[in-house]
Amino acid sequence: MINQIGNYSLFIALFASIFLLFQSSNVIRNKSKNLDGKIFSALSVQSLMVLISFFSLIFAFIVSDFSNETVYNNSHTTKPLFYKISGSWGNHEGSLLLWLLVLTIFLFIFFISSKKLLNKYRILTVLFQELIIIGFLLFILFTSNPFLHLFPIPKEGTGLNPILQDPALAIHPPILYLGYVGTSIIFSSALAALVCGMVNKIWAKHIKKWVVISWIFLTIGILLGSIWAYYELGWGGFWFWDPVENVSLMPWFCLTALFHTIIVLEKRNIYQSWTIILSIATFSLSMGGTFLVRSGILNSIHTFANDPSRGIFILCFLLVLVLLAIFIFFIFQKKLSNNLTKPFLASKETAIIVNNWFMMFFLSVVLVGTVYPIFLEVISGSKISVGPPFYQKLILPFLIPFLLFMAVGPKLKWIKDNLSKIKLNQIMLFILSIAISYFIVKFFRVSYLLILPLFALGFFLFFVTIKDFFSKNSTMSQKISHFGFSLFILSILFNGILAKEFSSNMKVGDERKYLNKIIKFENLKIVEKNNYKSLVANFKISDEKSSINLSPEVRIYNQPRTLTSEAAINSTIYSDNFLVFNVIKNDGYYNVRYQFKPLMMWIWFSIILISVGGILSYLKKNE
Amino acid sequence: MYGKKVKLRAFFILLIFLSAILTIFLVIKALEENVVYFKSPSEIKNLSELENKKIRVGGMVKKSSIKTNDSEINFIITDFKNEIVVSFEGSVPNLFEEGKGVVAEGFLKDRSYFKAVKILAKHDENYMPPEVNEILKDNK
Repeated sequence: MINQIGNYSLFIALFASIFLLFQSSNVIRNKSKNLDGKIFSALSVQSLMVLISFFSLIFAFIVSDFSNETVYNNSHTTKPLFYKISGSWGNHEGSLLLWLLVLTIFLFIFFISSKKLLNKYRILTVLFQELIIIGFLLFILFTSNPFLHLFPIPKEGTGLNPILQDPALAIHPPILYLGYVGTSIIFSSALAALVCGMVNKIWAKHIKKWVVISWIFLTIGILLGSIWAYYELGWGGFWFWDPVENVSLMPWFCLTALFHTIIVLEKRNIYQSWTIILSIATFSLSMGGTFLVRSGILNSIHTFANDPSRGIFILCFLLVLVLLAIFIFFIFQKKLSNNLTKPFLASKETAIIVNNWFMMFFLSVVLVGTVYPIFLEVISGSKISVGPPFYQKLILPFLIPFLLFMAVGPKLKWIKDNLSKIKLNQIMLFILSIAISYFIVKFFRVSYLLILPLFALGFFLFFVTIKDFFSKNSTMSQKISHFGFSLFILSILFNGILAKEFSSNMKVGDERKYLNKIIKFENLKIVEKNNYKSLVANFKISDEKSSINLSPEVRIYNQPRTLTSEAAINSTIYSDNFLVFNVIKNDGYYNVRYQFKPLMMWIWFSIILISVGGILSYLKKNE
Repeated sequence: MYGKKVKLRAFFILLIFLSAILTIFLVIKALEENVVYFKSPSEIKNLSELENKKIRVGGMVKKSSIKTNDSEINFIITDFKNEIVVSFEGSVPNLFEEGKGVVAEGFLKDRSYFKAVKILAKHDENYMPPEVNEILKDNK
């Protein structure tokens, strides 16, 4: 019953889409009848239908309706209610339905919130967005329908992968998707604005809201995924250059570049083509990301892969969209008003272009590292992987000039500024930063060559951004985000040089000496829980001054039968003590890994600060 | 003479061009140094020469081959044709088990002895790394 409701509402949504496509394409033929009412009602119907369909899936999960194949494959009656709900988007079919839901609702919000703008532009945006929606609807209905019927009805489901049964991961996909899908609105409206010849200040002002909102969600989504990998996967770090992580980072670079460029467009009415290209690229990367994660082509530790044919569909669909976008771009590009005022080398515009260059460089590095193994395998058949050293080697040296520009750039004025007015106190700050970093490098005996300039510029940015809080030359949101970024860089640098890791095989009662610490495996007990059994270990880590107790777990889930490790983390504002253990074999030995991670809290906190900057920027626009 | 605008444009185009070349050069160089190849025990048997480069070895953990002591874990990776002995110091993931798929990253000491620095396994009980899957298919 509930399955049918979900299924049929999707079909109704598809009809609404086709209707909208025809109605909105009237605009191209310049039949400027008043379409507002019709489109509004069709959009409401569509959003409502997708919403109903989505809630019927959640409902099927809550009541454990195993006549639904998706529920059968991903749920179990003993699962806690919270994870039954989150399980509805923790799988391939459900997550696509969530994509679709956000697509339609965002379009609806766009339509009702843009009433002041040119009608043709709004309806064209609807047209482009409906193309995407139809693609997704067809994809969902014909390759990954979440409402497939199972007969005979099984008594019990196969369960949700236990590593997904986690609060951070329950909200990670929706938030990340809000970011991804937000870029679809930017894409559609950029194309519409291009066709209408209104890539100008007004459009920039309007679309900036969407850029900011997508950027905030994408940033927080990535943060949640990263925190989850830290404690649940037991990776014990904040970034691993795993392909699945990279795939979310690529649109982030693009969107960050767009975030900066759109401000220039808004204030100075230049860089129109570049803004359009960035809008197209951001969306392509977001969708490409979904394709790579969902197709199983990526050789990652945690792709939730199943069926490659599904991936091919998204790939072809994406290709069509991108080709269409490029086609439209070349036809209508001439319409862009070409007011090339003389660019001055020392101006805010130039500083932002420099920012964009760096973003594009970082983006290309990550793109090559992620995609190259796939290409090589297709071309030559050899299987390779690209590890963290590749990224570090290419990104770290370029961070040095990047940080310098970030410290100096925002201080420049629009149009033209004079570089000779660099003040004495800035030079003082710079010298101070070098002195501090020299002291750090000497004190901790760091041998890595680049650490000195990285620290120096990290501190320089830190001081400059703090000083900026007392000046009036830029917005509060910019100050907070850039300050957050300097904090982020400093935290990962300290974390990088001071982190320590020790692993060993231990029996209960064993003691190991590591540096000035003693790690003792005190005891092990078995705890029975509702849907899993748990081995709870007790470790004591002590040095001369203090000692802490850490109780990591190994959970044995029954449905499906899986072992997961729950890391024990002792967090303070100075450092994290991270301990995870694992069963190797039933011979009394347990595999134990202890990590000392300085300033982990600050890494998470600085990313939150960076997003707070975005949130402020959004709120200010709404005034 | 060309106008100032044209000169400035030419300068920018040149700059973009140069930085693109620099980027490509750096990326390719870094790739060459940091790519890790994946091999099966059979492929390792047939290697003509041993390089001191990091590689990945994948296959199944042979049944009852895991031996543990205070610091090391020793086990055998098999693709049902050939085997290789792996010794490893460090931490293993949840799904490192006998009879399950595994990928080890590290250095070859000789054609039958591998010193691993990292063990990878997927977080899914039915999962088999695609490479391992293929090798096993080929050999069955």
